[in-house]
Amino acid sequence: MSKKILVADDEPNIVISLEYLLKREGYSVQVARDGKEALDVIARERPDLVLLDVMMPIKTGFEVCQAVRANEGLQGTKILMLTAKGRDTDVAKGTALGADDYMTKPFSTRELVEKVAKLLGGLP
Amino acid sequence: MRLDRRLLLVMAAAGLVMAGWLGATLALLWFTLEPDQRELAGKLLGPRLALLGMSWAVAFALAAAGLRALWRTYVNRPARLLEETRVLLAATGAQQLNARGSREMRALGEAINALAAQRDLLREDMARQVTQASQRVQQEKNRLSALMAELTQSVVVCNLDGRILLYNNRARLQLREFSQMPELVAGAELIGIGRSIYAVFDRQMVAHALENIHQRMVRGAASPSTQFVTTTPSGQLLRVQMAPVRPGKTDADDIDAFSGFVLMLDNVTRNFEQESLRDRLLYGLTEGSRSSLASMQAALDMLGYADIEPEMRERFMRVLREELTAMSGRITDLVQHSTQGLKTRWPLEEMLGSDLVTAARRQIEVYCARSVTVDSVDESLWLKVESFSLLQALTYLSSRLVDEFEVKFMRLRLQAAGPRAQLDLIWTGHAMSTETVMTWEMDPMRFGAESLPLTVRDVVERHGGEMWFERERVRHEAFFRFLLPLATAQERLEATELSQSDSRPEYYDFDLFQTSTQGSELDDQLLSELSYTVFDTETTGLNPSDGDEIIQIGAARIVNGKLLRQETFEQLVDPQRLIPTASSEIHGITQAMVVGKPAIGAVLPALHAFARDTVLVAHNAAFDMKFLQLKEASTGVAFHQPVLDTLLLSAVVHPNQESHQLETLAEGFNITLQGRHTAMGDAIVTAEVWLRLIPLLAAMGIRTLRQARQAAQETYYARLKY
Repeated sequence: MSKKILVADDEPNIVISLEYLLKREGYSVQVARDGKEALDVIARERPDLVLLDVMMPIKTGFEVCQAVRANEGLQGTKILMLTAKGRDTDVAKGTALGADDYMTKPFSTRELVEKVAKLLGGLP
Repeated sequence: MRLDRRLLLVMAAAGLVMAGWLGATLALLWFTLEPDQRELAGKLLGPRLALLGMSWAVAFALAAAGLRALWRTYVNRPARLLEETRVLLAATGAQQLNARGSREMRALGEAINALAAQRDLLREDMARQVTQASQRVQQEKNRLSALMAELTQSVVVCNLDGRILLYNNRARLQLREFSQMPELVAGAELIGIGRSIYAVFDRQMVAHALENIHQRMVRGAASPSTQFVTTTPSGQLLRVQMAPVRPGKTDADDIDAFSGFVLMLDNVTRNFEQESLRDRLLYGLTEGSRSSLASMQAALDMLGYADIEPEMRERFMRVLREELTAMSGRITDLVQHSTQGLKTRWPLEEMLGSDLVTAARRQIEVYCARSVTVDSVDESLWLKVESFSLLQALTYLSSRLVDEFEVKFMRLRLQAAGPRAQLDLIWTGHAMSTETVMTWEMDPMRFGAESLPLTVRDVVERHGGEMWFERERVRHEAFFRFLLPLATAQERLEATELSQSDSRPEYYDFDLFQTSTQGSELDDQLLSELSYTVFDTETTGLNPSDGDEIIQIGAARIVNGKLLRQETFEQLVDPQRLIPTASSEIHGITQAMVVGKPAIGAVLPALHAFARDTVLVAHNAAFDMKFLQLKEASTGVAFHQPVLDTLLLSAVVHPNQESHQLETLAEGFNITLQGRHTAMGDAIVTAEVWLRLIPLLAAMGIRTLRQARQAAQETYYARLKY
């Protein structure tokens, strides 16, 4: 059974590419447009990995990350944060709140695929 | 002439000595004689003893006369000289004493005269120095108040109790933002000499800042100031800088003591807004662009797959197009805002447009020796400009027109153009090519041999404006048009008020540094030290209980024995009833004048705030107070301050006068009447009368508020009730 990935970002133009890319790589992909929706999908679908954008409406990526890490039942969920800010303080905050890795926008999709694969143990 | 007892004693002693000398001589002769000779001498002298006595008497008389003459010269004359010297000692003006008698006496007299002259000289010199010094002090005070008035920064000086000792007009305008009733009192109830700064700023906040300063002083900081940012009720941001006022003397023990503090206020709302705008632009540039780039990069990567479905290819192409449009939109935005938000780094000042045009006309006429006329000027326009460089640019362009195209006449025109103003420099005749204009714009400005590092373009850009050249072929005219920024409404208001008011003295009272009212009851304070609100009302009639209403209130403040003519309260009130013609004839207020004015319910809270912490004073106060008291229930405003009545207190001072009317009192005190029967005019006269009554009451032993109130109660007039 293929690994499940949630793409949480409010920019439809990046979501469409990420969804297409990850599906091609053989993952099962879910999409959320804001922080609250992301948390709902995580609770319902229990994805193996979340691609989490920091700046999202309703709840930010930081808040979602914190909520996931606070939930005992979701310890296995990997979190890869995507940030457009590119400030080291944001990276420090994301890491402190429990993100497994981060990428600064813009990024190469090849690199993204590699990071995702590494976080999920090498197999889709 | 009376003889001195001491002289009589000396004379008696001389008589005794002479008698003794005579007796001793006779006795000596007696012992040298033989017995028969003694018998013979006895027989000879016995009958002539009387002659001997007479001889003594004559000799005594001669000696006494001599003694008396000597006494007069050596005792009486010095005594007289002593008396005259004492007079001289007490004399305030120049005087000379006239010494007679012996040479030594005359010399002594002259020496005393010389000493006195020297003293007079020193005294005059001292008086001159004192006058000069006090003139200098006065000059310095005037200079200080002039300086304060012209400062572009708001300054308030307070003593440690938080009482305001000094403020400038700009501070008043800025703190008006804190007023709950800006249209009625315009902040006069908040900022004024002797008022508490805690009415404006939170006491805790000021205490915290003072504590900060204290700690810095203890640590030995050279300039121990601190600052805080606070918001006004209307949401403006005010940055407050606080510095201590230290006593002049540098006493080692007093190193951390200070007698008050200076507050410098800065409205940073606009800076803050500009910074937020800058932040937003920056965000658009960084995060926004990063997001767009990320979307584009990902879409591009997907397009790289050879086996991509056609509809997905089209979808990714659309992503690229959308994000490209978003990026260029962001850049357009940035360019547009940056001219306003990022580039205007020159300190631009608010200036009345017509003033700028007048100055430009004068400068061009002087420099180019050509006549310049002013075409049409919108008098209401307030510009935000750096006038010096702008005038240079106009003069430079004019000089090139004159030098290179022999233009004889020029005109200036200023009009509004949307959110900006357009200033035109117009001439008739020659029109040059666009290339020429371009050169003029980009060349460093030259004035004779002097070349500036600035170009006309620089000047225009630093104003966030624009400039171009246009032709009007029909009228055979051409002009340079400058687009210039306008001042915002708030800046305009402040600039107008600053230019209109003759902001001078009365804005300071450093004597309040010494005053501390903490803990002392008003009743036991000296009349000369209390703060007063002297007020008067004009009404529709004399019977408040029968529906007569207030139509005007005027009030002035007395602080520290000085009438503050610039801190006044004047307001027309809509009585919401007809004003009888008979009363209009007295006060001159007609129905038309009160239309649209606030009702008493809105005005009394403002008056109440204006009169906070003061004693109320009015002439025939019972009348005015009755009007105020009747409104207590409907307005919820009660005046619990102590009240003094100049009519009653005049009766205390002059119990035998028949009239205690305000006019009579003013005349008696030689006070010039201004605007009699206007509330403000009468309030000012009442205040002047009260200031003159205070010392007269003090002379009768009535010094405190309690004593004055008791004395007033006991007078006959106190029994009159309205």
